[in-house]
Amino acid sequence: MLIIGEKLSIIAKRVREAMMAKDKGPIQEIATRQWKEGSGIIDANIGPAEDGGEDLMQWMVTTIQEVVPLPVCLDTTNFRAIEAGLKIHNNQWGKPLINSTSNDPERFPILELGAKYNCDVIGLTVGKGGLPADAEERAGIAAEIMGRAMEYGLPLENLYLDPLVLQIATTQDQARHVIEAVKLFQHINEPAMKTVVGLSNISNGCPKALRPILNKHMFVLLQEAGLTAAIADAKEMAEVQEDRPLILDVMAGKEIEDKQKMAEIKKTLDVIMGRTLYAHSYLEM
Amino acid sequence: MAFTAPKETYSGRVYPVTIGTGEKAVTFGGENVLPFHSFEGETPNRPVIAIEIQDVPPADWPENVKKTYEPVSGDPVTWAKFCQDELKAKAIALRLVGTHPDRENRSPEEAVKTVKDVLAAVQVPVIILGSNHAEKDTSVLVAVAEAAKDRNCIIGKAQEANYKTIAAAAMANNHKLIAMSELDINLSKQLNILISQMGFDKEKVITDPMCSALGYGLEYTYSVMERIRLAALTQNDVTMQQPLLGDVGMYVWKVKETSASEADLPQWGAAEERGIAWEAETAGALLIAGAELLIMRHPKAIAAVETLIDELV
Repeated sequence: MLIIGEKLSIIAKRVREAMMAKDKGPIQEIATRQWKEGSGIIDANIGPAEDGGEDLMQWMVTTIQEVVPLPVCLDTTNFRAIEAGLKIHNNQWGKPLINSTSNDPERFPILELGAKYNCDVIGLTVGKGGLPADAEERAGIAAEIMGRAMEYGLPLENLYLDPLVLQIATTQDQARHVIEAVKLFQHINEPAMKTVVGLSNISNGCPKALRPILNKHMFVLLQEAGLTAAIADAKEMAEVQEDRPLILDVMAGKEIEDKQKMAEIKKTLDVIMGRTLYAHSYLEM
Repeated sequence: MAFTAPKETYSGRVYPVTIGTGEKAVTFGGENVLPFHSFEGETPNRPVIAIEIQDVPPADWPENVKKTYEPVSGDPVTWAKFCQDELKAKAIALRLVGTHPDRENRSPEEAVKTVKDVLAAVQVPVIILGSNHAEKDTSVLVAVAEAAKDRNCIIGKAQEANYKTIAAAAMANNHKLIAMSELDINLSKQLNILISQMGFDKEKVITDPMCSALGYGLEYTYSVMERIRLAALTQNDVTMQQPLLGDVGMYVWKVKETSASEADLPQWGAAEERGIAWEAETAGALLIAGAELLIMRHPKAIAAVETLIDELV
């Protein structure tokens, strides 16, 4: 699975301050760390970046690629900032990825950019209206985005469909719809469509100690569903490999030796699959 | 071939909760089926309606419900006796709204006196409610819980901000406890877990997912209650098997439909009837959603809901 390192986000204070001060140090340190932890792409989330977005994105792409031989995921709603980033992106390290288009007509020009620069594009399966209710609705929106991509000349193999992971603490039943959507997306086309998620949003709003646990279990479930890529914490995802066989055993109904671990896995799977109601203290029950 | 109605079987059961002492004690909850699905399992107790009174005269209540209690509501003891003796209340909910810092700001000592007087005057179970001021409620409810020791009351409402103190007071004095969260099923479950982690018996808790009136978010309360009940019954979730409270009167008798006069809105019809219908409709919906305990104000709305219950059980 392709990990898109999530840590260079304007939401993080340290990153935001480095972006504002154009201080390469922290950016390069975080980019390097994520590369070493196994990221295949580095996400550069500069937010809406309405003022100076073009400069900022170019600075981010250059700063990252000076130290890391990886492509960059250009993460902003600012169309011009994306194009500015694409212009100077070093494609020697791989194709850049744009985050993102959707079924909102305002986001269609992104597809045109993807075609023009032959890069990959994330298609978020939301429309202009509210959030999708279930997997089927997401698949319907996905099909529309695919039609739109072909119209704009973006090959379908350049499109990553994103079912939109929501917070388990507030919209618990969406977790299993997202897993189902990842399966459905692969059936829409032959060869199967690529899929991506913003993984960590699953545990947004949960107690800090719970976050990696939820992230890791969701990751394994999505991996089993055939997910292609995840915007995630590369360190956590490297650690998953240790837990993965245990999680798979519990999923298969097997007993594992470590009873405490088994309870943790079982409770977390139950919460993600909607078999028990989520509460911040669900592991303590 | 004869028609056989399909039946659901459920893995969970709502805890039965008994309040009050002696002959007048009442029990609600205890069913192992969705509300009124007596054809699928056991519904040993009918829902209970408590009549709401308060420690200070109901100056802020709309005329059409206030006038019902006009001769008695100047004094909580007279008011309580009227509810018990004349209206045949099965339980009384005494709201200590006068302790709110923005109201009369009555002291915990004054609240204690009111509670003692009311308890001395009636035999039916009493639900003792604070003013929903999280901070003031801690001092008021701790004091009144002690004053009501061993009368097996319900003390409320414990919220995320103050549950520790209030739950400890209820536990020390053998009362039941209302745990209230604000229209969020996950936080409701969380609060029940936190309270039980203090050593409070989870079978002595009543869950209040927060009420809302018809036309003012009732569907949110309905949906949260329904999902709590489904978690309790179909997922056997022991943290969600507490009986549910619908604190109806307080939410209904402040909306425009229950207070607007006929002079202002003649097209809305008779004002008193409208208010009664509004309270009965809201309460009826919440019974269907899963409420086992209701707190209501207008005697005619209460009578209408009792009739509804008669028809459904």
